[in-house]
Amino acid sequence: MGYSESEGVGRRKFLREAAAGAAGAGMAGGTAGAAGRAMHQQEHDRDHQVVPDDIALRVRALESILIEKEMIDPAQLDAVVDTYENRIGPRNGAEVVARAWSDPDYKARLLEDGTAAIAELGFGGAQGEHMVVVENTATVHNLVVCTLCSCYPWPTLGLPPVWYKSAAYRARAVIEPRAVLREFGLELDEEVEVRVWDSTAEVRYLVLPERPDGTDGLGEAALADLVTRDSMIGAARAAPPATEAAGDGGDA
Amino acid sequence: MNGIHDMGGMDGMGPVTPEENEPVFHERWEGRVYGLTRALGRWGRGRDWGSFRFALESLPPADYLRMSYYERWFTVMVDRLLGSDLVTEDELATGYADRSRPRPELLPAPATESLGAGLLDVEVPAGFSPGDEVRVRNLHPRGHTRLPRYTRGRRGTVIRDNGVYALQDTDEQGQRLGETPQHVYTVRFSARELWGDRASARDSVYVEMWEEYVEAA
Repeated sequence: MGYSESEGVGRRKFLREAAAGAAGAGMAGGTAGAAGRAMHQQEHDRDHQVVPDDIALRVRALESILIEKEMIDPAQLDAVVDTYENRIGPRNGAEVVARAWSDPDYKARLLEDGTAAIAELGFGGAQGEHMVVVENTATVHNLVVCTLCSCYPWPTLGLPPVWYKSAAYRARAVIEPRAVLREFGLELDEEVEVRVWDSTAEVRYLVLPERPDGTDGLGEAALADLVTRDSMIGAARAAPPATEAAGDGGDA
Repeated sequence: MNGIHDMGGMDGMGPVTPEENEPVFHERWEGRVYGLTRALGRWGRGRDWGSFRFALESLPPADYLRMSYYERWFTVMVDRLLGSDLVTEDELATGYADRSRPRPELLPAPATESLGAGLLDVEVPAGFSPGDEVRVRNLHPRGHTRLPRYTRGRRGTVIRDNGVYALQDTDEQGQRLGETPQHVYTVRFSARELWGDRASARDSVYVEMWEEYVEAA
């Protein structure tokens, strides 16, 4: 597989211990795995989770074993990674939102049958088979969460960010959505009704954010630039237009 | 199962901390784990891998909390490959395939195919309609369920019938999912019904409920 002999020896010795940890972790009780990983537990990330420093090696080792066994095609993996890093992401959802802001008929179709209206723009597939679009207004604010795992509309938003999958968000979004939104910098008036969608089953949700003020003259491409990923989860508002656009245009 | 994954309403998890300009995968290995998980799905056919979500939920709770998202995926993947004898401990330890072992083969799909996930085009009578008041049954299955525990015993209102889906609950080995087609309703719960006066009287939480999760209120 192209490893030099010295690399190979070091890798073997290292992996022997690492694999024991990985195997143990899957078993009920998992004490062997827990003990194995405890040695690598120096660094906590922002979600109080630990990524052992050897996991990159363990994954690389497993991939090369599976390639040797002809169980997987590395080119297929490359294609999947490329798809979610470069082709399927929140830019798709932003196109949907910008179209809805620009075309009232499309918006009506989108709110009536999200799956079909999103498919009009060419988006659909895994984790987007049944889409429901919910509209944020001056009086209603929608927020999407998956308390049981990480359900998320892949075709329109790509893969979820770490915060969406974090214990903190999953635990709190349903019980104290206003406090969570405050941590995103969004202070909602007490008069606003908050609707939280716990998408743990079959339906995937996309939030249609409010169109920002001062965007009357903007075309769909410029509008799409204002539609952030977080605004389509309901964790933020769409971005205001750049100041030069608003400069002479009035009170925005 | 009443597992650590069923987090809705828990306290003590700390603040939500969004990351500016977050990459899709923070490290190369995360993308590989994601790709491997999708590519390996066909190898589980006929091998009783069962529900992926149940496998994740069954990780020891302390490990579940400590692991990063894709580390959980990787742990389940390794566990399944070892359990099906597709990869051995020795191979993982050395990092090389054992050439003396026969090459793994794909198995045919079982004779009785699961209905799978997704909207089904089958006729099943609907027990409820939008506007109906329902109460969530006090269910505590040992297998995978899509019924968040914070809704159990609570009253809500059906706002939508999403059509017929196969129930995705499993037995306590994570098997037998996708066998019972039934309606899935979106039910609105007032936040006060779920959380008492800690919540705003204006707010609501919406959750999808399979037919068998609820009864007339």
